[in-house]
Amino acid sequence: MSDSRTIAAIATAQAPGGIGIVRLSGPNALQIAGKVFSAASAAKLIKSPGYRAHFGKVVKGEETVDEAVCLVFRAPHSYTGEDTAEIYCHGGLYVTGKVLQTVLEAGAQPAEAGEFTKRAFLNGKLSLDRAEAVMSLVEAQGEQAARAALSALEGNLAKKIKEETSLLIKAVAGISAKIDFPDDEVEQIADEELLSILRGVSERLKKLLETFDAGQVITRGAKTVIAGRPNVGKSTLMNLLTGYERSIVTEYPGTTRDVIEETITLGGLTLRLADTAGLRETDDPVEGIGVELALKKIKNADLVLAVFDGSDVLTAEDKILLEACAGKPSIAIINKTDLPRTLDKEYIAGISDEVVEISAAQGEGVETLAGAVSRALGVDGFDPSSAMLANARQRNCCVNAVTLTDEAISGLESGLTLDAVQISCEEAADCLLELTGEKAMSAVVDEIFSSFCVGK
Amino acid sequence: MDYTANNYDIVVVGAGHAGIEAGLAGARLGCKTVIFTINLDWVGNIACNPSIGGTSKGHLVREIDALGGEMAKAADKNTLQSRMLNLGKGPAVHSPRAQIDRRAYTADMKHRLETQENLDLIQAEITGISRTEDGLWQLATRLKTLYTARCVILATGTFLAGKVHVGDVSYASGPDGMFPANDLADSLRELGLPMRRFKTGTPCRVNRLSIDTSKTEPQEGDEKVARFSFEKDIPIKNNALCYITYTNERTKEVVKKNLHRSPLYSGLIDGVGPRYCPSFEDKIVRFADKERHQVFIEPCGENTEELYLQGLSSSLPEEVQLEFLRTVPGLENCRVMRIGYAIEYDCVDPLVLKPTLEFQDFPCLFGAGQFNGSSGYEEAAAQGLVAGINAVARIKGREPLILDRASSYIGTLIDDLVTKGCSDPYRMMTSRSEYRLILRQDNADRRLTPEGYRLGLISEERYSAFEEKVRLIEVERKRVAETIIRPSQALNDLLVSRETSPISTGICLEELLRRPQVDYECLAPFDPQRPDISPEVSEQVEIDIKYEGYIKRQQAQIDEMRRLEVKTLSENLDYSLISGLRREAREKLQKIRPANVGQASRISGVSPADITVMLIWLEKEGKNADN
Repeated sequence: MSDSRTIAAIATAQAPGGIGIVRLSGPNALQIAGKVFSAASAAKLIKSPGYRAHFGKVVKGEETVDEAVCLVFRAPHSYTGEDTAEIYCHGGLYVTGKVLQTVLEAGAQPAEAGEFTKRAFLNGKLSLDRAEAVMSLVEAQGEQAARAALSALEGNLAKKIKEETSLLIKAVAGISAKIDFPDDEVEQIADEELLSILRGVSERLKKLLETFDAGQVITRGAKTVIAGRPNVGKSTLMNLLTGYERSIVTEYPGTTRDVIEETITLGGLTLRLADTAGLRETDDPVEGIGVELALKKIKNADLVLAVFDGSDVLTAEDKILLEACAGKPSIAIINKTDLPRTLDKEYIAGISDEVVEISAAQGEGVETLAGAVSRALGVDGFDPSSAMLANARQRNCCVNAVTLTDEAISGLESGLTLDAVQISCEEAADCLLELTGEKAMSAVVDEIFSSFCVGK
Repeated sequence: MDYTANNYDIVVVGAGHAGIEAGLAGARLGCKTVIFTINLDWVGNIACNPSIGGTSKGHLVREIDALGGEMAKAADKNTLQSRMLNLGKGPAVHSPRAQIDRRAYTADMKHRLETQENLDLIQAEITGISRTEDGLWQLATRLKTLYTARCVILATGTFLAGKVHVGDVSYASGPDGMFPANDLADSLRELGLPMRRFKTGTPCRVNRLSIDTSKTEPQEGDEKVARFSFEKDIPIKNNALCYITYTNERTKEVVKKNLHRSPLYSGLIDGVGPRYCPSFEDKIVRFADKERHQVFIEPCGENTEELYLQGLSSSLPEEVQLEFLRTVPGLENCRVMRIGYAIEYDCVDPLVLKPTLEFQDFPCLFGAGQFNGSSGYEEAAAQGLVAGINAVARIKGREPLILDRASSYIGTLIDDLVTKGCSDPYRMMTSRSEYRLILRQDNADRRLTPEGYRLGLISEERYSAFEEKVRLIEVERKRVAETIIRPSQALNDLLVSRETSPISTGICLEELLRRPQVDYECLAPFDPQRPDISPEVSEQVEIDIKYEGYIKRQQAQIDEMRRLEVKTLSENLDYSLISGLRREAREKLQKIRPANVGQASRISGVSPADITVMLIWLEKEGKNADN
């Protein structure tokens, strides 16, 4: 639908990147962009044809905010289907934020969460599952995540779901034939065949659900804690990791003033390192915040990198840390391989599944660590191009479909009448249809869009 | 010289199953009504299967009765054999079906119409229809007699431009050798109705004395009769036999070598036939691997030897039909009394109808039955009843009757027709209803009788009997929830014998009834306080308890559905004003003009995104209106 408001937001992720994009969409997009963007060619944006790029600068009064490129799209040939201007500036949160601020001051309204995609969806530019896939793409920070998001966009999930839906519909049709043509000799589906179809659907959907956790790690990144007693080399490791792919390392303030979260990629996976400021300043979080709090942080993390000094003996603290890591995705990192070994590696290997030896100072062992991280998070065998559930709504639909399919199975097994079994199968199919947006009602749509990240 | 013979409130064109219900409803609700028929001797003709009811169609008949229609009573009165189909598959799909005495049924129906106050029944062919200057409809007969009407209900069945095909022979004809209505077809096209062509077919009838029933499997009616009407004073006969036999490879050979002589395959028939009731040659082609096909031999009446051969509908040449019949066990020496034929007819695209069955663009003109693209006596009767009620509403300025999908199969049928349309003759099926655990044949009265009473089609006497039944159900439901059954050896023996676990402490009667293996009847000895209630009452209690979980779930879905159903859309809404609708959706909405957002959401080609757009638009309009 065409909205009279012109909206603007940062269209790139609120994280690392060489280029930041501020997008404006709506009836006055070009007019407002024209107020803040001064083209080197002196061209007027309001008169610019679509699909045209202009080089120039973003200005705020007399002040030049940044050099930038402005891309003009004319309705309906834009992402949202409305007049759109995209200002490409020099990444970094500060500069991009300032460009946005300038645009808002010039008359644009801040976009609500997911509003660009909502407009695109409402203008018939995107189907529901594609809209959701775009959201994942925007959120994706690592390479694997980008690939997983792309495969959903191309409809891998839709294809997988359609396969299962058609099997459920086949089951419903089989029962219908029995019911609607009782006297006819129609090819009726046998109870056994019905059961085997339903069991297959249930099993495959459960597998799909299992991929959800792995998928979450890939799209959102794993919340990671680096733990260890003082002087084992945590900060060296930290610098090594953040410096490993420097171009995509940034830092930005979190919700709490004191907490700094840093995002790194390792072997294509995104790790969100918590409390890195603390690590840097004192290199001593365990002592700084107390053992109890440290253990709590370990408990809440998706991944623990437990660091030990290879040139020292295991202390009581080391053993407590090892115990705390047991049973959760964690890696025991034996640091300082460049020094003579005194540590009891066998003891550590007896408790931890993943033991990696590195020399943070020499920058050795990072590749091995990457492999261990991938294994510890259970995503090493993960095929990012396979069908994957991208968010909680999709997961919920799938869970409901499994529940109803299982209800049909147990109904059939316990001799429940076919009229009721048929309803369960049909509703299971409905849940899957809802997943690809084919039956979604406005409440569902609103919920999806309110959980969208601002921007795309 | 034209002369105007009479002025009516309602004119019904056609005295088939749709026309009968339409005319009766109109007259009973106080409108001066006439039904015209081409042949007065075949009012309510059972032109094909001599049976009424069956899966989902039985539901329709029960609903017609619950609303105050006639079909159920006439069917009960003229039943030859009664069965309840799908026993064992759950109460939602139990479907009553009766073999009907065709001649007796039609005579009975004719008499019911003759004795109805406010109703005329006239034999005349309507040849033209037009709008008068003062907004009335004017109808002309073959004899150039004119009638005027405030409302007209078209229920023309297969008479409208009817054309019969047998082999390469074809001729203009109505069903059973009656005249077709050709001029009326021209007149309707001239009026601008979107007409199209459907076809249907019927098999041979043979003389009972010429068949060898010893080579067939006889089939009796059920021990317990399944009646259609909730009025239980009608005695039901249940003594006729049907027979089952099967075609074989030789039958198949005969059909295959003569396929080129079928008008269906030689291209002589343009009309679209029903997918759910294919001709025999169709079945041979489409299910080529199937070795045999079932033939269901049904009696046509008590005073005739004519038998109907269900499953062998055909329009092959006469000699080919005779040849393939003689390959079937029991039919080797059969003497054919009527040859099978296909019939093409004109009908309308129902997408141009409102849910009241009135035309969007032609005020006070209604359609019902095969004219609207459906097939089946029951489907026709259901629409006739609704069209009749709504013609009265139109005349008297009352609220129209729109039954939603959650109320009934009738509502589902009409919603499907006017929202989704049909590309072949539409047949009702239980799987067409998403709310079928609630839309059962056993509770049709609970669902619709209050509506029938409100309309004025249910008598005070019958309504108070209904209210008493509902009261008894509620009382017993409460008692069952509060009664504790103590464990005993006899009870545990019963439970174990039914393969369910014995009890060791007292258990609520309701909990026990919830078990699939236990029924109300078998617990009688352990439930001494049980009141003397009719089986109809205890059945409702039992089903309510056994399927409570499912019923609650469906009720929640119904509540959800009705939230969109109450968001009404104006008839004159210009969809081009709603920007953001995709072009396909806009075109469909403009054509179908749904009554509410719920109906809009069921139109194919209208996506959830379009519905969101409409909801947002409505909300905005609402806000604007508030300001």
